[in-house]
Amino acid sequence: MTTFLGTPGIGNLRGDEPFPRAARRALQDSQMRRNVGHATRTIRAKRLAAVSECADWEQLRAAGSALKQDVLARLPELLEQLEANVTARGGVVHWARDADEANRIVTDLIRVTGADEVVKVKSMATQEIGLNEHLEAEGIATIETDLAELIVQLGHDKPSHILVPAIHRNRAEIREIFQREMPDAGELTDEPRVLAMAARAHLRRKFLSAKVAVSGANFGVADTGTLTVIESEGNGRMCLTLPKTLITVMGIEKIVPTFTDLDVFMQLLPRSSTAERMNPYTSMWTGVHAGDGPDEFHLVLLDNGRTNVLADEIGRAALHCIRCSACLNVCPVYERTGGHAYGSVYPGPIGAILSPQLTGTHGHHDPNATLPYASSLCGACFDACPVRIDIPSILVHLRAAQVDSERGGLPSGQDLAMKAAAWAMTSPRLFTAAEKALAAGRIVANSDHRITALPWPGSKWTSSRDIPEPPKETFRQSWTRTHGGKKR
Amino acid sequence: MRIALFATCLADAMFPKAAIATVTLLERLGHEVVFPHKQTCCGQMHINTGYLAEATALVRHHVEAFEDAHCEAVVAPSGSCVGSVRHQHVMVARRAGDEALAVRAEAVAARTYELSELLIDVLNVRDVGAYYPHRVTYHPTCHSLRMLRVGDKPLELLRHVRGITLVDLPDADSCCGFGGTFAIKNSDTSTAMLADKMTNVIASGAEVCSAGDSSCLMHIGGGLSRIRSGVRTVHLAEILAFTESSDHPEMAAPR
Repeated sequence: MTTFLGTPGIGNLRGDEPFPRAARRALQDSQMRRNVGHATRTIRAKRLAAVSECADWEQLRAAGSALKQDVLARLPELLEQLEANVTARGGVVHWARDADEANRIVTDLIRVTGADEVVKVKSMATQEIGLNEHLEAEGIATIETDLAELIVQLGHDKPSHILVPAIHRNRAEIREIFQREMPDAGELTDEPRVLAMAARAHLRRKFLSAKVAVSGANFGVADTGTLTVIESEGNGRMCLTLPKTLITVMGIEKIVPTFTDLDVFMQLLPRSSTAERMNPYTSMWTGVHAGDGPDEFHLVLLDNGRTNVLADEIGRAALHCIRCSACLNVCPVYERTGGHAYGSVYPGPIGAILSPQLTGTHGHHDPNATLPYASSLCGACFDACPVRIDIPSILVHLRAAQVDSERGGLPSGQDLAMKAAAWAMTSPRLFTAAEKALAAGRIVANSDHRITALPWPGSKWTSSRDIPEPPKETFRQSWTRTHGGKKR
Repeated sequence: MRIALFATCLADAMFPKAAIATVTLLERLGHEVVFPHKQTCCGQMHINTGYLAEATALVRHHVEAFEDAHCEAVVAPSGSCVGSVRHQHVMVARRAGDEALAVRAEAVAARTYELSELLIDVLNVRDVGAYYPHRVTYHPTCHSLRMLRVGDKPLELLRHVRGITLVDLPDADSCCGFGGTFAIKNSDTSTAMLADKMTNVIASGAEVCSAGDSSCLMHIGGGLSRIRSGVRTVHLAEILAFTESSDHPEMAAPR
């Protein structure tokens, strides 16, 4: 028996430089630091308040986690059930192995309608496959209708957050972008209402003229064939109901078994992502209905590396993710580096475990191989995750997989150091000798007993931190002196 | 109670005062402390850097050292080392396919405590009889907070210290940026996190920043020392061991 291990994920899932280098540059962007720092601190406090209102929050998290585990255990069966129900209600289901296939399917579907312009609902799946870039190259214009996504698009920029893709921008920067890219908007101020009204007027014309809409989906219900988009602005509702053709691209893990399972996720998602008790717009659609909404509905089911992730017993929990972005908002690394440093459209803690698994990695210089190390393992992400993804443990698991994948080759300096340390640490005699050698470090200390400069890689520490000189006496020596006669 | 000290490799080699203070404190409270000489390191650094195969030998070594100690409890002046013992050792053993070791590791983990847990949960003491006439702020380390869930046990102990002025640390539960090899591999990001932690420590107005982990204190203290902030770091155990008639007057003083 052979196991189909899927094709690796491609598209906007990998940056072009290792995380430490990208982060180093990002950290120098003082405007981004201030914008992301302010936004994440604000949403963190709000999320905590929204979550603490629910007495049964921990049970909800456990339920969400259990549902997702069940989904992953029965994925093939549930996907076929979804396909059957969507088809029975007049929709058409397409299967895409990777980003290229998905882009080709969507392009062909748009071509048939004759449209040269599509409106888009904010969607991580289409960001992942680079649909906009692909369609632009094919001569089809895409219009992002989510406000933050529009800001990113008009700014010829990249998203830096799962929920708030323009989180790295402040309102002065947004005013500038709008002023430049919406020439008929008149003179704008940086008042949020003025900016929102300008975007509203700009988008309203597009909603009314568009023949085709492209969306993602938060959930696909297997037992009814219902698709769901959860949003705040109402732009999604416009896209999902006005155009004649609706094309939805959904990752295969976004499935839930039954309609009632939405109960759990619709409590978990809004509070975790926007810190709202309930999101303003929930759109659900099941197939097509004459005279009501689109005449044609296409569902593109996207793998793009997900089958590979599913094959990893520990790593597969990353597929539980419901894209709330709570882990980004609480992450001390993300808060400082922002999202672009992660290279992939999935930044932050979830991105650090999802991107490398979706793409697979090739050697430790692969930018995605550096992502599992982009964490101090502080654990804030696990606490915030509404579906209890143990991100720190998966980060360690992926680090181990990375180290193991390079065994047998020429050992790196780190490999040698770790092996030597493990060797010394399994022998108290060697360990004591190593401690004695460490005491020699006292000679590099300054007269005030601090060490301020070490050679590489110690320089990575002493570039910003001192180390006290090693003590005159280790604990072991002190114990022998004070408790010497007492054996063990 | 007969308690085995798990000194941790970092405290043993670099910050012996934290381990000495743990012994002083527990002996003052009337307990017998033993130090299993075989112990070295729990392997946390290896595990968190991805060297699980190498860590397996360290886990076995650690388990043997503390099985042989025949103690009711094992205590360490470190939340993250206890976190590794309790939350990672079994996983490391299982991953290596050694179920027997996993079972033994689980038994050792079940009686291993971080200092504040041992004092409050096992020994049921809140006032340890300490005296520490200084303005102190407390940094709850990530692993003690989110892995071990010690909650405000360390603060509860500090509140009972005579003469202490305990001041709040703004954004206390944010990571200081240490993260083991993270501080080296992602040194710039680590430093950015440290800068905010130091800003908060200084804003608290404290002369001493305390925590239950020598590693985090090495990081915060290394930064505070580099900028000549005038704030020093002192391990929680050293504060709790200090009394009016302390035999170790140098213990909690600056180096």
